[in-house]
Amino acid sequence: MKSFCGKAISWEVRDGAIEVALHREPANEIGTQSLEELEQLASALPGIEESAHALIIYSKMSAGFSAGGDLRELHRRIGETERNAALAGIRDFHQRIHHVMNVLDASPLTTIAAVHGIVFGGGLELALTCDLIIADKTARFCFPELRLGLIPGFGGIPRLKRDLGNAVVRDLLLTGRSFNSTKAQQIGLVSQVVGESEALRVARATAAQLGKFDRTTAAAAKKFIKPIPYDELRQEIEIVIGLYSRPAVQAALKKFVESTDAQPYLP
Amino acid sequence: MPTQQQTIDEVLELAAAQFKVPRESLSPDDDFFKKLGIDSLQALSMLTRLEQHFNVELPDYELQGVSDFRTLAERIQARL
Repeated sequence: MKSFCGKAISWEVRDGAIEVALHREPANEIGTQSLEELEQLASALPGIEESAHALIIYSKMSAGFSAGGDLRELHRRIGETERNAALAGIRDFHQRIHHVMNVLDASPLTTIAAVHGIVFGGGLELALTCDLIIADKTARFCFPELRLGLIPGFGGIPRLKRDLGNAVVRDLLLTGRSFNSTKAQQIGLVSQVVGESEALRVARATAAQLGKFDRTTAAAAKKFIKPIPYDELRQEIEIVIGLYSRPAVQAALKKFVESTDAQPYLP
Repeated sequence: MPTQQQTIDEVLELAAAQFKVPRESLSPDDDFFKKLGIDSLQALSMLTRLEQHFNVELPDYELQGVSDFRTLAERIQARL
């Protein structure tokens, strides 16, 4: 399936790059719909990777790349289901999203996240699966999960640990503070910072450059330098499920969903 | 280093330009959420632009509960 147009994501092959667009209102929150379509992408990738040398993920939403997991759907699921069934559902969701993230992370293509605006939580975890992150100057990154009594659950911590220094990871995770693209580049998260609304254009130019290289060599280089931390990823799921079972998390989710505070995203 | 008043003026000018409101309609003690009609994500966008303009890093927990331009400018001034 060389092209797809869903409710949350779309993709097409353009000039040798698979371009994956995120377009779920209001800010690409990742819930069941997004997951199902991302799973379709993961299933389709082996069939279209032969016709491409790069994959670009970007957002069509003005708010940004992605606000992360769909907390409202999560809160609804917990509220409507018996506790053990809810936890089983949350486990299933995390295992499935981890599979998608692992497929993207391990893709033989060179992958680029072109980001702007909010790149929060699960959205940042999605970007972290990519080989390169190109950010426009409006981008803002954050792992706010501790505010809810959780840790990032879509593979974020193992991938951060792989890619960045541990002190930086602790700062991002334990303070839950957001930071801009300049800071993100300083700490090594972002490879290029570009002008407002320029991230996709620069990502396409970068992908065009990648197209000049031998694919077998590029894939071998990527496999050599970018190991997938499978053991830690599995551990992360267990820690997350353990945290979800605590009443404090359910209370924090309820507070977030019902908040009329003008600053609910501020930790 | 700019004075506190200069920082306030620049914050007001940047906010007016970003959200396309007349500069003269904004005052230092205005609640920027109400005056600009913005939500938390738009406030983060403003914070990003202010950080870049003043070349400072403002952890957002320092801004928790801050909703007026004057206090926002004070937080920026403290990091110049």
